[in-house]
Amino acid sequence: MSVPRFWRKQIARYNLVGTYCKTCNEYFYPPRNVCPTCRRDGQIGEHKFNGNGELVTYTVIHTAAEGFEGQTPYVLGIVQLEEGPRLTSQIVGDPKEMHIGMKVRPVFRRLGQSGERGMIYYGTKFVPA
Amino acid sequence: MREVAIIGVKNTLFGEQWDRSFRDLVVEAGVGAVEDAGVAGERIDSMFVGNMSGGQFVEQEHIGALIADYSGLAKNLHVPSTRVEAACASGGLALRQAFYSVASGMDDIVIAAGVEKMTDVPSSKASSALAAAADREWEGIMGATFPGLYAMIARMHMHKYGTTSEQLAQVAVKNHYNGQFNPIAQYRNTITVDAVLSSIMVADPLRIFDCSPITDGASAVILAPADVAHEYTDTPIYIKASGQASDTIALHDRRDITTLDASVVAGRRAYEMAGLGPKDIDLVEVHDCFTIAEICAIEDLGFVKKGEGGKATQQGETAIGGRIPVNTSGGLKACGHPVGATGIKQAVEIVQQLRGEAGKRQVDGAEVGMTHNVGGSGATAVVHIFSRNR
Repeated sequence: MSVPRFWRKQIARYNLVGTYCKTCNEYFYPPRNVCPTCRRDGQIGEHKFNGNGELVTYTVIHTAAEGFEGQTPYVLGIVQLEEGPRLTSQIVGDPKEMHIGMKVRPVFRRLGQSGERGMIYYGTKFVPA
Repeated sequence: MREVAIIGVKNTLFGEQWDRSFRDLVVEAGVGAVEDAGVAGERIDSMFVGNMSGGQFVEQEHIGALIADYSGLAKNLHVPSTRVEAACASGGLALRQAFYSVASGMDDIVIAAGVEKMTDVPSSKASSALAAAADREWEGIMGATFPGLYAMIARMHMHKYGTTSEQLAQVAVKNHYNGQFNPIAQYRNTITVDAVLSSIMVADPLRIFDCSPITDGASAVILAPADVAHEYTDTPIYIKASGQASDTIALHDRRDITTLDASVVAGRRAYEMAGLGPKDIDLVEVHDCFTIAEICAIEDLGFVKKGEGGKATQQGETAIGGRIPVNTSGGLKACGHPVGATGIKQAVEIVQQLRGEAGKRQVDGAEVGMTHNVGGSGATAVVHIFSRNR
């Protein structure tokens, strides 16, 4: 991913900043420009999530995506935040201890690197709470 | 709106074809379908080509013009040619666009083709290209792979409905069994449940034999107005309905992780258009990119109750000779999954079945068939219904 492309969403990735729609009282992460529920009637503003959540489902990846080869096996999960929205993230910890419904909390971690000498990406992963 | 028929079909061999290029494959399929229909190039009004990632797999874009050129339809005839992209649903969507153009009365004879050349790049590069069908910025960046996304669907399905690894494996076993009778299939060997369960883990709980392979191949069909179809063939197959739907690009935003709402809605639209229901369908080609995908598909299309897809598969309901034969071609699992071609290949299989030309995999007395083609983890679904009778 190019530097500007990553940088544009850096605050969202580093600090779990998403959006909130005042019209329908719904929270969104990743951030949305248009409310998917009430669309153009929506009034969208920023919201920083506290990050506490629950594991909805997960997998243990053994055959990695390009750039993640050194991390296998890694746990990828869908986390539901307390305010409602769901996101995809790595869950740091022993794959054997993962279970659906597990409480999780966010941690700041290195996500990856673009090439051998490229930019290092940081963002949010989750650990068992 | 005019009624539409398919008057010619052709699949190339599916598999690793290092001696053949992207354009070799699609020209073979296109010319084969034209010959099957007995039409001349001058009669062709337009073409639609399903292709997911020519740019990433063979560094070639502008696929529509390329194919018009190499099939001999560009230089003198200037036939309009359009590339259609919706990830792994590109082929199904090309068929839908071709259907529209004939049904609307704009065009009479139209080619719908699909093609993908996936083995010219290393498999890690191929996986990255495929991952572009998910949300690159919010799934891919976290290390998501396609097997990983479907594995999360599978885990949830197991948790919610008690679906087992053995039931998932049975999908692969059945599709390999069917694939042995399909002369174009990438894999024509049978496998056992034990072989699936002892194959290497890709993304827990999905193992390598739960996954469709990386494949080269192309498929093409020729469409004509139903009123003139008998001028070309004794066995036109009518397209009774076409349904399409979208859903969120990311799996995490879905209403229910175990249901592909796009499949449900595309299926419902197709059933309504045809005036038919699941009980009227004699056989179906569904998008089994992973074993769990077939289980979700037969539930989402209404062939079994939600949550009972695994059990139905285990009890043989989806086998040839069962209540609703699923993926007689071998599916994406055994036949192979050249992503842009798959949706057209499914239509070719149904046409061959409804013509009674499917050989040892023939479903006796097949009158009505369905195809179901999915893009990504379920952000696009395209469903078609075909009939022997007008």
